[in-house]
Amino acid sequence: MLQYTLRRLASAVILMLFVSFVAFALVFTAGDPAASIAGEGGTAADAERIRSVYGFDRPLVLQYASWLGRVLQGDLGQSIYFNQPVTSILIERFQATMLLGVLALCFALLLAIPLGIAAGRWPNSIVDRVALLFAVVGQAMPTFWFALLLIILFSVTFPILPTSGGETWRHMILPTIVLGYFAAPAIMRLTRSGMIAALETDFIRTARAMGIPSSKILSSYALRNALLPVVSLAAAQFGFMLAGSVVVESVFAIHGAGRLVWESILRSDLPTIQALVLCFSMFYVVLTLVADIINAWLDPRIRDA
Amino acid sequence: MIRRLLISTLVATACWAGAANAGKDDNTLNVAFTNEIATLDNYQESGREGLILARLLYDNLVSKNLETGEFEPELAESYELISDDVIEFKIRQGVKFHNGETLTADDVAYTLNLVSSPEYNARYQIAVEWIDSVEKVDENTVRLKMTHPYPLALEMLAGNLPIYPKAYYEEAGPSGMATKPIGSGPYKLVEQTQGVRFVLEKFEDYFEDSPKGMPSIDRIVVRILPEANTQYAELLNGSLDWIWRVPPDDAANLERQPSLEVKSAEIMRFAYMSFNPQFNGGDTPIADARVRRAINHAINRTAIKDALVGGASQIINSACNPIQFGCATDVTEYEYDPDKARALLAEAGYESGFTMDLMIASLPTVQAEAIAADLARVGITLNLNPQQYGSAVTTWRENRAPLFLLNWGSYGVGDVGLSTSQFFGGTGDDVVKNPELIKILQEADTSMDRDRRAELYADALEIIADEAYWVPLWTYSVFTAQNADLELSLQPDEFVQIYSASWK
Repeated sequence: MLQYTLRRLASAVILMLFVSFVAFALVFTAGDPAASIAGEGGTAADAERIRSVYGFDRPLVLQYASWLGRVLQGDLGQSIYFNQPVTSILIERFQATMLLGVLALCFALLLAIPLGIAAGRWPNSIVDRVALLFAVVGQAMPTFWFALLLIILFSVTFPILPTSGGETWRHMILPTIVLGYFAAPAIMRLTRSGMIAALETDFIRTARAMGIPSSKILSSYALRNALLPVVSLAAAQFGFMLAGSVVVESVFAIHGAGRLVWESILRSDLPTIQALVLCFSMFYVVLTLVADIINAWLDPRIRDA
Repeated sequence: MIRRLLISTLVATACWAGAANAGKDDNTLNVAFTNEIATLDNYQESGREGLILARLLYDNLVSKNLETGEFEPELAESYELISDDVIEFKIRQGVKFHNGETLTADDVAYTLNLVSSPEYNARYQIAVEWIDSVEKVDENTVRLKMTHPYPLALEMLAGNLPIYPKAYYEEAGPSGMATKPIGSGPYKLVEQTQGVRFVLEKFEDYFEDSPKGMPSIDRIVVRILPEANTQYAELLNGSLDWIWRVPPDDAANLERQPSLEVKSAEIMRFAYMSFNPQFNGGDTPIADARVRRAINHAINRTAIKDALVGGASQIINSACNPIQFGCATDVTEYEYDPDKARALLAEAGYESGFTMDLMIASLPTVQAEAIAADLARVGITLNLNPQQYGSAVTTWRENRAPLFLLNWGSYGVGDVGLSTSQFFGGTGDDVVKNPELIKILQEADTSMDRDRRAELYADALEIIADEAYWVPLWTYSVFTAQNADLELSLQPDEFVQIYSASWK
């Protein structure tokens, strides 16, 4: 088990390095970073000066190597745009994104798993149909549209909730609902199909034959099996919520990491982009690992393998 | 389509919601910008929004009265041009910084020497590179020496060169200035979340004779709201009082709201299409002036402007904005005439037309499509190539594109020295490199004689128009949407004077 984990970690590090190099190179293929840093109105002379100040005139591999060298010493560098250490900016932005991601994931799980269980327990019933409707709407509706509808309803027509910012818990209600609702359908559908499959297995039939109450069969035996793929999916969804919440963050003006990625790319803020890419790839690695551990806890067969 | 539907829904629902009037009641002005603000350290900021806030926090030696075009004393009590390259300033007595210190000649000399040094690495070199040195003559006098006679000195000193407190800057350094800026301006910063939220309060000790006037509103809260629809929603429910750069379509919708006022003002920015006659070693149809003139004749600028630009925008014929000093408008005009265009093309040997790439940056693609449609009618096929600004200008500077459609704001400075000279004066941004133009413009850019300069710029603009190096398109206008009780108007330089805001 330990050797397996170590091997997985080693390949994860290689993966992260590869991703960060590709991201580094992409910034240069997308255009001249010096000119975009100079901004609209920056002259040719401004761009030239920036190029030499930040060393963009050196070969790409050399620039990457010097960046990597500093990262290995724990220095993520200075944001070119903010003129501040990248680390302090990341900490500030990730707080907002993490909070939103965790809240949205909880919301999605609390909504999707009970619905999925019900739909799986009574397939093709009215409950199942309602759950299906809910899933289709959630998948089909663009998040920005749903977000704006909620804003119109709860901030303009009935002004009871704040529209933008992330200062208090009331600010987090609408973004949590929007982001969570987007993630819920996939979790719900997977729980449903997992339940249906589990309920048809031999051991459930045996359990029933032994007279175990059906509520216990559902919660202790069927659900445990049905949840295995859901855990992996939820981990992936959580990664997506952290990295891909840019639309929700934009609409509700939550200045989190998702938004920062987008802005930094537009501003060619290389040190910030690199640090973000590194963080996000690390999150995915950690999340997948955590999902595997939870699965091992849920299913002894994985644990022993 | 979705956008339009949404804003109609917004406006319709707001009618029976009733907008609250939070801002006026607690004398707080709530402002939103779309773009993030990098820093409040004026010399390190390149975005317009950040520079607008900097003008609340800091004062300059002089300021420009945009109505009269005159330079008025601000931190300087008076100024005098001693020779072609030396200005002497008498510094106003008793002006306080936000931390209670008094502003002196030392602060002025220190700031200007600091920011003009190459090591300091100011974001806009153009604002500082003409300063050679500044020395203190006595307690309330400084002398500024230029590297060469620079006619735009006062333009630059008016707004672009704020004075920092020497003692504070030496102690806090650039990062202190970014997080806790101290200036002498009408508002002081009380709170900021880096890049996204700023709270400013009226500075009670602001000096009375300032051309900026005494601040009237107690508190200004500036937030960054990236999504336009969120801005509209907050404007309608009263938690915002002022937004700008509203697209024309949305402006028309917001205008129907009784609680809001929509304003449009013409600004210094203008759109143009530029030719690179040197592209491909000069072996292209547009190396021929007749072809460039034909293209000028073939584009129906008025129709495109009316349909797609709107507001207070105007058609321009010379390579500058008519509100800038030196922008001569009596140059060769190319009226819309496709027949003439076809005749000129035939004369140049292109009766069957040709195909060419058009690079676009910072302009809606739909406007480029309209231009392409007009040119298609005279046989010229354009391949549209929208690019990010950064990569587009580099491609252009390296002679790797024949046609470029973009806009230019001249740093908000009302002088063609920062538009015409920038693109035809032999700089790295000049792809035409016409030696005659370079000679004229270099003289104009270093002459201290206003009349002579005007004459030289007129000559240069006449050549540019005759040779048809550009297709000058139109000036821009900006829409603002604001609380109907708010008094705040927009200036052509796009530096919104938020400090002058008041309630009706």
